[in-house]
Amino acid sequence: MVTTLALPRLIARTQGSAGRIGAVTARDLAAVRHSGYWLVVISGFFEPVLYLMSIGVGVGGLVGDFTLADGSVVSYAAFVAPAMLAASAMNGAMAEATFNFFAKMKWVKLYDAMVATPLRPFEIALGELGWALIRGSLYSVAFLVLMVALGLTTAAWAVAALFASLLVGFAFGGVGMAISTLVRTWQDFDYIMVVQFGLFLFSGTFAPVESYPPVMRVIVEVTPLYQAVELIRDLTTGRLSWGSLGHAAYLVVVAVIGLAVAARRMNRILCK
Amino acid sequence: MPDEPLIHARGLVKRFGEFTAVDGIDVDVHRGEAFGFLGPNGAGKSSTMRMIGCVSPPTGGMLRILGLDPVRDGPQIRGRLGVCPQQDSLDPELTVTENITVYARYFGIPRRVARERAAELLEFVQLDERANDKVEPLSGGMKRRLTIARALVNEPELVLLDEPTTGLDPQARHLVWERLFRLRQRGVTLVLTTHYMDEAEQLCDRLVVMDRGKIVAEGSPRELIERHSTREVLELRFGEDALEIYTGKLAGIGERVEVLPDRILVYATDGDAAAKAVHDRQLSPSSVLVRRSSLEDVFLHLTGRTLVED
Ligand SMILES: Nc1ncnc2c1ncn2[C@@H]1O[C@H](COP(=O)(O)OP(=O)(O)OP(=O)(O)O)[C@@H](O)[C@H]1O
Ligand SMILES: [Mg+2]
Repeated sequence: MVTTLALPRLIARTQGSAGRIGAVTARDLAAVRHSGYWLVVISGFFEPVLYLMSIGVGVGGLVGDFTLADGSVVSYAAFVAPAMLAASAMNGAMAEATFNFFAKMKWVKLYDAMVATPLRPFEIALGELGWALIRGSLYSVAFLVLMVALGLTTAAWAVAALFASLLVGFAFGGVGMAISTLVRTWQDFDYIMVVQFGLFLFSGTFAPVESYPPVMRVIVEVTPLYQAVELIRDLTTGRLSWGSLGHAAYLVVVAVIGLAVAARRMNRILCK
Repeated sequence: MPDEPLIHARGLVKRFGEFTAVDGIDVDVHRGEAFGFLGPNGAGKSSTMRMIGCVSPPTGGMLRILGLDPVRDGPQIRGRLGVCPQQDSLDPELTVTENITVYARYFGIPRRVARERAAELLEFVQLDERANDKVEPLSGGMKRRLTIARALVNEPELVLLDEPTTGLDPQARHLVWERLFRLRQRGVTLVLTTHYMDEAEQLCDRLVVMDRGKIVAEGSPRELIERHSTREVLELRFGEDALEIYTGKLAGIGERVEVLPDRILVYATDGDAAAKAVHDRQLSPSSVLVRRSSLEDVFLHLTGRTLVED
């Protein structure tokens, strides 16, 4: 009897959980409609485009074509564009997962009301991440359309890259939330911004890591944005390999650890 | 088990680090009851309510809510509770209606049902005219009513109200009382905290008086007054600072004399007779007031402190 009932119960529970996670995402969608915040959201689209145009296309004119590690030749714009996509997925997710998440938790006390319902902290974290991914995927879709239009990738690879950029958002969203549950003051977010910008400059974004000094190269290769850039670049340039799978696996692990830490810490903070 | 209490606590303890906020309390609340926690600031009322609401794990003792274990079955229990926390925790980015419909979704209530209930509940707390407004500009009393309406969206069996009327003006307070009274009539079990004795007297069938994390008395409002106070109280004011000198001068009048910083309370079965006795001793208070004894007096007697300290 017990075993025959266990499975339906598990399914019912999972369904309930999924519904609650969706409810948190739906809350964010309802909120964004009312505030002037959607302007901020839209402005996030222009940053990667500006970089692509100024550096990818502009500087690219000076640099000319580019020979990658495996010997294939691409335009500099096609080299930089996937990195801009990865960085924009990072920035979009981090914006929600750090500043906004922290404000909702510590300032607006939004989650204090949520934990009084059947919602559990990890469901809240996943729901918030759901919204961060929706926001991030809007940028990614727009940017990928632009890339296809400029001939920097094909439509089929662009679809694959969209899924990869969601994974990137998932990983950075998880990490961002974990960090937000650990920081104490608003000032700490300045450091996070600096780190994010450092990652943006040095993750094989504007120059291949092979051109970095060896020590730096090793450091860069363990950071998540490098893994994200490589994964998306493998896809948009159509050079999938076992290495790509490694990058994806790395991001999955980062996402899971980030979420687990965030959920644990939220539990400590909200359920004192 | 129809007779199992909705809340069953034995030796319940909550510590924050070294500090003990709730110090081994025993509580049973039965279905259909209106139960109160009465106590001054810092007594441990909210800490207790948060444990009952399954958002704060007990440090020690035993606690069962709706016959379930709050640590293991938290989500399941919370799905059947309505919670109105001490601090309003409304969603400032949403409208009045959305505050209820979005909240309903956290309980897995379908969208259409949520909308219907939101309309009903807003009418119930007389906020239907503000349904599409933002939350921020609402008055304190309106926010409180919205928080109560939101707490009812899952049709809870047990409603927890932490200081439902603190900070409200008398009119707003009476409106809230009236709505809570109607809930009680519908058979909803209410648990509330308050520092207002009139609120406790109005709303509670049974209450406990808490002080410094402990329960110091338990019973119905009438029982508590009968047990711990006299029928009437004579309040005397004298136009001087040092009231202590009157302790001796009033000795023997009434059953007990309590000297407060600003007035003297004489506990007596017959307040007017006590007032006459004061007069006969050639004492001339600047004001004399005879009133019925209240829970405030019970509290003062039990703890030596007034309930609302300002
Ligand atoms: N999260 C916490 N960390 C540390 N101490 C706490 C925490 N929450 C409550 N306390 C302490 O526990 C004691 C009881 O607090 P509680 O909020 O339960 O009192 P209360 O009876 O609700 O008071 P009030 O009438 O002011 O709301 C207080 O001394 C308070 O400072
Ligand atoms: Mg309190």
